Amino acid sequence: MTGADVVVVGAGPAGLACAVTAVRHGLTVDLVDAGWAVGGQYWRHPAPVEGADGAGAVTAGEVAHLHHDLPTYRALCSRLEEAVAAGRARTFLGHEVWTVGRRDGGWEVAATQRRAAGGRHAPGGGELRVAAPALVVATGAYDTSLPFRGWDLPGVMTAGGLQALLKGHAVAAGRRVAVAGSGPFLLPVAVGLAESGAEVVGVYEANPPTRWGRHLPAVARNVAKLAEGAEYAAALARHRIPLRTGRMVVEALGTDRVEAVTVARLDATGRPRPDGRTTVAVDAVGVGWGFTPVVDLAVTAGCATTRTDDGRHVVAETEGRTSVEGVYTAGETTGVGGAALALAEGERTAYSVLADRTGHDPDAARLRHLDRRIAALRSFAAAMAQAHAVPAGWVDATAAETLVCRCEEVPRAAVDHALRDREARDARQVKQLTRAGMGWCQGRVCEAGCRALVADRIGRPDRSAATERLVAMPVRMRDLLGTP
Amino acid sequence: MGRVVVIGAGIVGACCALYAARAGWEVVVVDREGVAAGTSSHGEGNLLVSDKGAGPELDLMLSSRRHWLALGDELGREGLELDEKGGLVVAASEAAADVWRAFATGQREVGVLAEEVDPVDLEPRIVDGLAVGVHYPQDLQVQPVLASQTILEAATRLGAVLRSGSPVVAAQRTASSSTWRLRLGDGTAVEADRVVNAAGPWGGEVSALLGGPVPVLPRRGFVLVTEPVGPIVRHKVYSADYVDNVGSSDAGLQTSCVVEGTRGGTILIGASRERVGYDRSMDPDVVRRLAAQAVALFPVLADVRILRTYRGFRPYCPDHLPVIGPDPRCPGLVHACGHEGAGVGLAPATGAFVAAMLSADHGRAPVEVDGVATAPFAPGRFGEAVPA
Repeated sequence: MTGADVVVVGAGPAGLACAVTAVRHGLTVDLVDAGWAVGGQYWRHPAPVEGADGAGAVTAGEVAHLHHDLPTYRALCSRLEEAVAAGRARTFLGHEVWTVGRRDGGWEVAATQRRAAGGRHAPGGGELRVAAPALVVATGAYDTSLPFRGWDLPGVMTAGGLQALLKGHAVAAGRRVAVAGSGPFLLPVAVGLAESGAEVVGVYEANPPTRWGRHLPAVARNVAKLAEGAEYAAALARHRIPLRTGRMVVEALGTDRVEAVTVARLDATGRPRPDGRTTVAVDAVGVGWGFTPVVDLAVTAGCATTRTDDGRHVVAETEGRTSVEGVYTAGETTGVGGAALALAEGERTAYSVLADRTGHDPDAARLRHLDRRIAALRSFAAAMAQAHAVPAGWVDATAAETLVCRCEEVPRAAVDHALRDREARDARQVKQLTRAGMGWCQGRVCEAGCRALVADRIGRPDRSAATERLVAMPVRMRDLLGTP
Repeated sequence: MGRVVVIGAGIVGACCALYAARAGWEVVVVDREGVAAGTSSHGEGNLLVSDKGAGPELDLMLSSRRHWLALGDELGREGLELDEKGGLVVAASEAAADVWRAFATGQREVGVLAEEVDPVDLEPRIVDGLAVGVHYPQDLQVQPVLASQTILEAATRLGAVLRSGSPVVAAQRTASSSTWRLRLGDGTAVEADRVVNAAGPWGGEVSALLGGPVPVLPRRGFVLVTEPVGPIVRHKVYSADYVDNVGSSDAGLQTSCVVEGTRGGTILIGASRERVGYDRSMDPDVVRRLAAQAVALFPVLADVRILRTYRGFRPYCPDHLPVIGPDPRCPGLVHACGHEGAGVGLAPATGAFVAAMLSADHGRAPVEVDGVATAPFAPGRFGEAVPA
């Protein structure tokens, strides 16, 4: 097989569903992912361990209990394996895509090999370059962080970081762990930790459940989600994990690493109350404020983005088609909505690719079903985004000296100075005046905080465009040699 | 004196605003985005004498360099991140070395300091076996975004006003007097006695809108930024073929090696040139080529990672000289654009030119400003038949 019809970046639920559907309808597919197994973050699996004996390796079986809807995953995997065996698909795992560009009327995906887990040996080097007439960007989302006092202490993580350690390494990040932030994702993280032997001292959900009251129609359209929530509530009770709503972690305390967190109740306007704060001893804490779509490759390809109400940039699309011919997307890149939506969108996008590439008329009944399902799940996602919004008073959990950008060590005071005294009006200007977001992570960690600070100080949402990251992953220059 | 509107809040517009405000003009700066949102934030911030052969652009640069040092004294070097970094030009072959020696001789005659050195003495990590190195201690560096902001703030203290976030969409000039009325995209309007076109690569479009078209076109360039690695590269180091690339009018892709360290410890790697309009697409091949050239010059960079790349559009004129001066066709319009890759370096001298010309009678620009002849930069040099 030389040169597939489609190259799919991202082998999470959306990318997998897209690849498998495309193959089923006669297209050939290249699937590229940074993970060591397909599944993405949702179905994250342990990495193979380098070394002759594989000592210390974690098996998929050891983390199976952490996963949801594994039958779907296994079905997708086996269909992908069949496609690979039949020469209809190729998978390139452990490959980090550093950029995309136009090539011969289509698109080229350029990647470098990841170092093997625990590996002492650098990979062989060089680039993987695969080109195809159609590119599907299914790069998912990552945890949104906001700065707070002490958030740069070791042991302070994102909720997703706790989860990744569990699923990828079967490791609980601590013995006494707090989980905080907002969103239903906090629940499976807490349950997973408890099942792995950690004591979860509390789940501190910033929003009161009453915020869901406005969105009952969206809930009614998605009863499966309700059942899922009930399942986790039961699991929390079984493990005696206290769920405290209307509360947030306002400070992490400790000298060399986190030793405790301070939890405050939020008032009706979403501001942490000064009274009644409690300090809870922990050795790890995970805080998650929902997810930020990874739109870097789509932006690099020139795709238009739109901003959601909560200020996140998503790829603009219709039935998976972006504003750029030949570039498609599916899953969290179009707006965070969870794995079920990503699966539906991945399949839907495959049909759009199929129609554009072959003129083949896909199954109309199936399309109608998918479109209805996508609409219902998106209405639920929209309700969830509103019910689990970042509380208005989140800034009160920061101090002037709290680092907003950890890579470049930019304190909040510097951002305030840019906004107040240098008339910066958006996150782009803040970045250029303070260097916040110019360091190792290229703003992936601090951009949400910077944008939220701009909104808080200016009194309206930040208006700067989606950040361009033409280099989506740091790339060693040696790996780029030997090509023109 | 009256009111002047400066279109463009990049480094050139900021300098025009400051020098005009100092001359007593009431200044309004308009920008469709904000301070240094365009080309000023997409380059390296070089103030180079080394890459200019004896001629009008070098004369302007030597004047501008004095202005930069004065701005450093007046506004504080920290606010500009003004650094007397120095440049090092290297040539690999004896033939290229001889060409550069002749070039440097011409530069010395007009006051440029250029000293032949062994490259390894200045840059211990540079590749062995280079034929020549020429050290230019007068080459400077600023951080162009901070500098634009700091200079605009100085203008603001003199009463200048910035209106950002909305483009100029229409321009009218009253027949009786030379009063301008510019309409902005947000529905508001600004009236002025003079208009300065400091729109960088968009200077061509803006000039057409104003009724005095000048041939400024975008010339795309990529810059790579590495992870922080400390002081591996101490000067701005570039290969002798860079000057040929700058001076070429070829529309196709050209790359030459330019490598320099920054205060933050990252290494900047350039430079590519191609005329592809405002095409913003990523071109991985350009990145590969720039990386290969940088590693050839500094082998230690092979194991350094590229963190990001950005691309911008230089304002290119067919004769590679900026357009500075009153437009003979449009009373009250003064151009200050088309500086190609030298806009940061030439910005203060451009501001001084513009300030001197705002007060001059229509079409009669002073023959010299700060001892630099103005004629080579005059918009009239393209003739009347400039395509719109």
